[in-house]
Amino acid sequence: MNKRQNVTMKGTKDGITLHLDDACSYEELKKELNHKLIESSKSQEDKLISVLVHTGNRYLTSSQEEEIKELIRQKKNLVVESVLSNVLTKDEAEKQKQANEIVSITKIVRSGQVIEVPGDLLLIGDVNPGGTVRAGGNIFIMGELKGIAHAGYYGNQEAVISASIMKPTQLRICDSITRAPDEKQDENSREMECAYMNEEQQIIIDRLQVLVHVRPNISNLQGGF
Amino acid sequence: MGEAIVITSGKGGVGKTTTSANIGTALALQGKRVCLVDTDIGLRNLDVVMGLENRIIYDLVDVVKGRCKMQQALVKDKRFDDLLYLLPAAQTSDKNAVDPEEMKILIDDLKQDFDYIIIDCPAGIEQGYRNAVSGATKAIVVTTPEATAVRDADRIIGLLEQEDHIERPRLVINRIRPQLMKNRDTMDIDDITRHLDLELLGIVADDDQVIRATNQGEPIAMDPNNIASIAYRNIARRILGESVPLQQLQEENTGVFTKIKNFFKVK
Ligand SMILES: Nc1ncnc2c1ncn2[C@@H]1O[C@H](COP(=O)(O)OP(=O)(O)OP(=O)(O)O)[C@@H](O)[C@H]1O
Ligand SMILES: [Mg+2]
Repeated sequence: MNKRQNVTMKGTKDGITLHLDDACSYEELKKELNHKLIESSKSQEDKLISVLVHTGNRYLTSSQEEEIKELIRQKKNLVVESVLSNVLTKDEAEKQKQANEIVSITKIVRSGQVIEVPGDLLLIGDVNPGGTVRAGGNIFIMGELKGIAHAGYYGNQEAVISASIMKPTQLRICDSITRAPDEKQDENSREMECAYMNEEQQIIIDRLQVLVHVRPNISNLQGGF
Repeated sequence: MGEAIVITSGKGGVGKTTTSANIGTALALQGKRVCLVDTDIGLRNLDVVMGLENRIIYDLVDVVKGRCKMQQALVKDKRFDDLLYLLPAAQTSDKNAVDPEEMKILIDDLKQDFDYIIIDCPAGIEQGYRNAVSGATKAIVVTTPEATAVRDADRIIGLLEQEDHIERPRLVINRIRPQLMKNRDTMDIDDITRHLDLELLGIVADDDQVIRATNQGEPIAMDPNNIASIAYRNIARRILGESVPLQQLQEENTGVFTKIKNFFKVK
């Protein structure tokens, strides 16, 4: 048997890693994977083993990926942790790029208007009462926030909101909501503030400078200065 | 070619019709040929404010539907020989009797004959609003200092900004009560202007004479001495390109200063 192996299996301290060859046909790969799994599951004991799948330079459609996962899951003590690939479709790449991009907009967001971006938002202008800004990532407002801001709109709890003047009717981060206090606030103390979510899932409003400590990852400067 | 200016607000009852009538009157007093157009179909009242109701024969819908010529529908204001006309709204038709394209053709037609076409817009943001703005190239947003009116003005400005044929709107703050403003019971002029981020075209005091004039069918702008009249005349001059300083609105005689004076008088 001199045939090149299409599936190689390696034990690691966390479980097993499956390397799937990216040169053979998909059908061939599936067949061999099935064999390998049956063979090895005979010798395994009962405890659950997590499996990491590497597909190299092969692109799996989501239904193919599901098929592979299903194949592995059928062997009773295997759990698929994740499927990794070196390749992305253009769409996925575009989406990822957008989600990490910062979009800047110069505008007053007026009553009844909604602005939504997939990544971070830099708004140069005010959000008036009745206006809404939403971002998949963070929201930075150089101006007065008097309407609604929703950061981490698709479920990012780490997202933050900051504004030159923070007088929102409502702040939302991920799925937490906080509203303006009912009593009238001191006019001048609302400058340069930020909002973030703490461990108890509550939205905290504080001086802008605390972001350095609570969200150091916002910086994306490479290296240092 | 004349200039078509739409007067709008979002919220109802803040003074669009009063502002339309008085800006039109004040422009005519300056010697301009003006046509007032009432687009509030079904709820017309610009004719009442102008005191021209009993001379209406045809209306805007008749013109658009070809039931009469423009000249037959225009009502001439005899007080301003040949300078001021009104194209009344239909009282009976449905709001959707006219569409924005038809309205644009009508306004373009009027532009040939008049220096200024002042379009009185109905409240709201529906078809009536779209009709009123479709033929305009300029817009005046009217608000009062009340939070609800300012909020709706903001909404309307957002919509006007999406109309490519309309220049950046200008702002009129109407029905100002200086004492309330001074006590910060309402937003002040700077707050409102900054909040809405518009150029301020004028401020008009809340004045009982305005209501009286309306009921007599004689726009307040015809009175040379009234405070609101002067405000409207100033607005007309600014529209004509003059730079006129903002009016000083005097306080009602209940200020602290007056109280102190009265206190000393008693002693
Ligand atoms: N500066 C003022 N001082 C006092 N009363 C005023 C003033 N401006 C308007 N009013 C009064 O307010 C009422 C509403 O004004 P007007 O009809 O002009 O508002 P509108 O915005 O056209 O209303 P609608 O939305 O119903 O068309 C009228 O009774 C009018 O006389
Ligand atoms: Mg009206």
